[in-house]
Amino acid sequence: MARARVALGVALLAAGLGACTEGGTRSRERDHVVRFWGLGREGEVVKDLVPEFERENPGVRVVVQQIPWTAAHEKLLTGFVGGSPPDLAQLGNTWIPEFAAIGALEPLDPRVAASRALAPGDYFEGIWKTNAFAGATFGIPWYVDTRVLFYRADLLAAAGYPEAPRTWSAWREAMVKIAGAGASASTNASAITKEPGGKRFAILLPTNEWEQVTIFGLQRHSALLADGDTRGAFSAPAFAGAAAWYVGLYRDGLAPVVSYTQLGNPYQEFSRGYIAMWITGPWNLGEFRRRLPPELQDTWMTAPVPAPDDAGEYPGYSLAGGSSLAIFRASREKDAAWRLVEFLSRPEIQSRFYGMSGDLPARRVSWDAPALAGDSKAKAFRDQLSRVTPLPRVPEWEQIAQKLWEDLEGPIRGRASVADSLRRVDADVDRILEKRRWMLARAKERGREAGGR
Amino acid sequence: MRRGWSSVLVPAALVAGSVLALTPLVWMVSASLMRPGEASEFPPPFWPSRPTLGNYVELFTRLSLGRALANSLLIASATTLGVLLLNSMAGYAFAKLRFGGRERLFRILVAALVIPAPVAMLPLFLMLRSVGLVNTYLGAILPGTAGILGIFLIRQFARSIPDDVLDAARLEGAGELRIYWTIVLPLLRPVLATLAIITFLATWNDFVWPLVVLTDESRYTLPVALASLIGEHVPDTELMMAGSVLTVLPVLLLFLLLQKQYIQGITLGGVKE
Amino acid sequence: MFLAPGLTAILVLFLVPIAAALLLSLTDFDIYALGDTANVRFVGLRNYARLLADPLLWKAMRNTALFLFVGGPLTIGVALAAALLLQSRAARLRGLFRTIFFAPYVTTLVAVAVVFRYLYHPRFGLIDHALGRLGVPPIDWLGDPRWAMPAIILLAVWKNFGYATILLVAGLQAIPESLYEAARLEGAGWWQLFRRITIPLLSPTLLFLGVLTTIGYFQFFAEPYVMTGGGGPLNATLSVGLLMYKAGFRWWSMGYAAAVAFVLFVVVLGLTAIQFRLQSRSGA
Repeated sequence: MARARVALGVALLAAGLGACTEGGTRSRERDHVVRFWGLGREGEVVKDLVPEFERENPGVRVVVQQIPWTAAHEKLLTGFVGGSPPDLAQLGNTWIPEFAAIGALEPLDPRVAASRALAPGDYFEGIWKTNAFAGATFGIPWYVDTRVLFYRADLLAAAGYPEAPRTWSAWREAMVKIAGAGASASTNASAITKEPGGKRFAILLPTNEWEQVTIFGLQRHSALLADGDTRGAFSAPAFAGAAAWYVGLYRDGLAPVVSYTQLGNPYQEFSRGYIAMWITGPWNLGEFRRRLPPELQDTWMTAPVPAPDDAGEYPGYSLAGGSSLAIFRASREKDAAWRLVEFLSRPEIQSRFYGMSGDLPARRVSWDAPALAGDSKAKAFRDQLSRVTPLPRVPEWEQIAQKLWEDLEGPIRGRASVADSLRRVDADVDRILEKRRWMLARAKERGREAGGR
Repeated sequence: MRRGWSSVLVPAALVAGSVLALTPLVWMVSASLMRPGEASEFPPPFWPSRPTLGNYVELFTRLSLGRALANSLLIASATTLGVLLLNSMAGYAFAKLRFGGRERLFRILVAALVIPAPVAMLPLFLMLRSVGLVNTYLGAILPGTAGILGIFLIRQFARSIPDDVLDAARLEGAGELRIYWTIVLPLLRPVLATLAIITFLATWNDFVWPLVVLTDESRYTLPVALASLIGEHVPDTELMMAGSVLTVLPVLLLFLLLQKQYIQGITLGGVKE
Repeated sequence: MFLAPGLTAILVLFLVPIAAALLLSLTDFDIYALGDTANVRFVGLRNYARLLADPLLWKAMRNTALFLFVGGPLTIGVALAAALLLQSRAARLRGLFRTIFFAPYVTTLVAVAVVFRYLYHPRFGLIDHALGRLGVPPIDWLGDPRWAMPAIILLAVWKNFGYATILLVAGLQAIPESLYEAARLEGAGWWQLFRRITIPLLSPTLLFLGVLTTIGYFQFFAEPYVMTGGGGPLNATLSVGLLMYKAGFRWWSMGYAAAVAFVLFVVVLGLTAIQFRLQSRSGA
């Protein structure tokens, strides 16, 4: 009996100790430990750069946690809300307003001003601006991202297009020719068609991604949000036209109706010729090189996105995306984290990072390095970066973007009309932004009172 | 006539049912032993052509699932201990100790069994956050110890303890706590074993709460780690199956070893309703 | 006192949060409030009004009702069949089969959801492959809005019937054989034995299972989370539990999410009460 009691007590004590020492471990270590959350492929790749940083900074250890993009936004918010955010994190730059608005991030202007390793002028101006919120800088651009057209040059040429199409109408014609080329000769099974040698599609547009339709909207000069970014403008003619064109691609059998989660392995589909085009970002430069078989490496190419016919310009607009490095306000290792930021922002490290991941450096001077300057497939990105527009800088953007693709699934599957769905999007967006409207109104009130006008 | 007919049909049906029940699990193990990519061949194979433990090796080395295993073990064990302690005392009290409002309080607790746990989750999260327990093992363990089912089970069982034994001990001047430790607990051993298994299994398999409260990858339990893995490794069927096997095997083994107690506990709770 | 630790835990970790959830549902606590609690507004019943007007809630309700009212009876029906088989005189190796039937119940839901996700693949999954051998064209289980819910129901039935089987076996064993003998002497057939003796005497167990299934199935969350990435396709697998999780832990609209949680609570309570009422009405 007494033995049982002792055993019980010891077990409970152990459990309790285990819980307590979680917090105590950090203070017992002599090293500074920087917890860095990297997302997707970048999270994997950055682990290889860490040893060099640690060699240069003895006494600092970096622990990289890699988080998939699909869960990243959620995990970052939960980490902050739960009181255990990382010290440093990679954030998509559309998330900066959101995290800054809730007070999660540390303003970086004093560090930037005092730094000898980096300065605002080193970066693409539009990209640097995406990290500003309410007059302060909350992130340092790590890599830039925009979306361009990846395509199978051989399939396009066979359809009569030796070069990538430059206008929407030419693009559509090319798609029709490719899809209409009939069944693929491959006997391998495709995940998106259900039979081997099944119908071929022209372009991959995952139904759970908002980026493509938003790009089309931006190309048609839609502002996406109206009234000082407090209401939806998705049912306005500019966006409506773009959405109709987008949905038409599915309806006419040019794009398969699959979400990214259903797809499994898009690279396999691409290499087997079941899809010939894909609007995606620079990380796929690395992935294509890694995952497509060697004999196909000469058959794929990139090009800037085509523009609407009446735009009179080429290329069409694309997203000013990318990721930034941001330090969390609750971190106790801000200095060490900043040193890591400076390390990752060094031009030669940026070039190396490009070589490892395909992600494009945010630092302009790195573009002149031979690796990048000589990369024919990266040229499309360089050209596209001269034609990018930022998205509305509201904390609710992520939620709005999700609503957009969710509500467009209906028309894509032929279950609803585009017009109805867009009206629903606007209604939802108005609702999502209601709190923002209230807070802005309240701030204006307070400003008026304070100004004594 | 009917008897002859059914003596073939019934066993056949039982076998058919067993095949349906077991096939997914068998495939899970089989696919976990396949080479990467083998499961996505067409036509899909059922057995590996050359079994390999490579997926398991990768789970433990590159993906550190061993840590998730340890986390699951820790949290499940600690919760079980907590539940045993708290619920047995309360269950005994409801069964044998006399105090005002006992029956009414008990009925309220049983009624509270109907309340779905997710309702409490949001404020619980905020509460734990305010005391800094989010993303800690304690935060994952504590809510699991607030169980009502355990109290119910123990009470049902404890009622069968003869009162005269207890009264005799009380007459000899023994304190309630002493009676509890020396007389009652040994008698409760069977139901404690049952409650331990039920709690361990339930906590091991729990998904939503650890998902919500543990944000650090190094603290994930197996189900949470598995769900996070599938976000990144959708095409890696074989790897995911190995992860599933790792998650399921311990509890399946535990169940097989201690079937009788587990099933006893379930029927005890159910039939006496 | 003996009760103190256990009851305190329940009070603090369960009952107080429930009350707090009610309070939370009357505010618009959201991400802005997390940064600065001054950003909270008391909005009374507005969350509920918005909720009841939100088509997503009704879709989730429909899905959850489908899951419950098809999956529940199906699970119990299969379990009853299995229990009858196990109890039949012609059955051998009862213990073995009982263990086999129960095994799926013990497995971790997330792990088997992952397994089934691959089994349901239209090309490489065994299910469509087997159907193909029977001449059935492949079904895109998790990608087709019409089949996603049935796919999840199938998983739930497979996983849970074992538990019900065990309880029903115990219930069947409690029915005295003499009742059957007497009825057979009076010339009752198999179906009448079933309807007049078995079912009525099983009704307490059936009620218990019904209540348990209602509570459990109504909250279903892990299956869509793991298998369809959170409610797709076209929200065909969106459950009320998932809706609450997304609102609360993805977008941090905690006031709204708390309202969803309470609606869940009220509905489950209602369904349970109805079941009890039906039971007592049928005079068991």
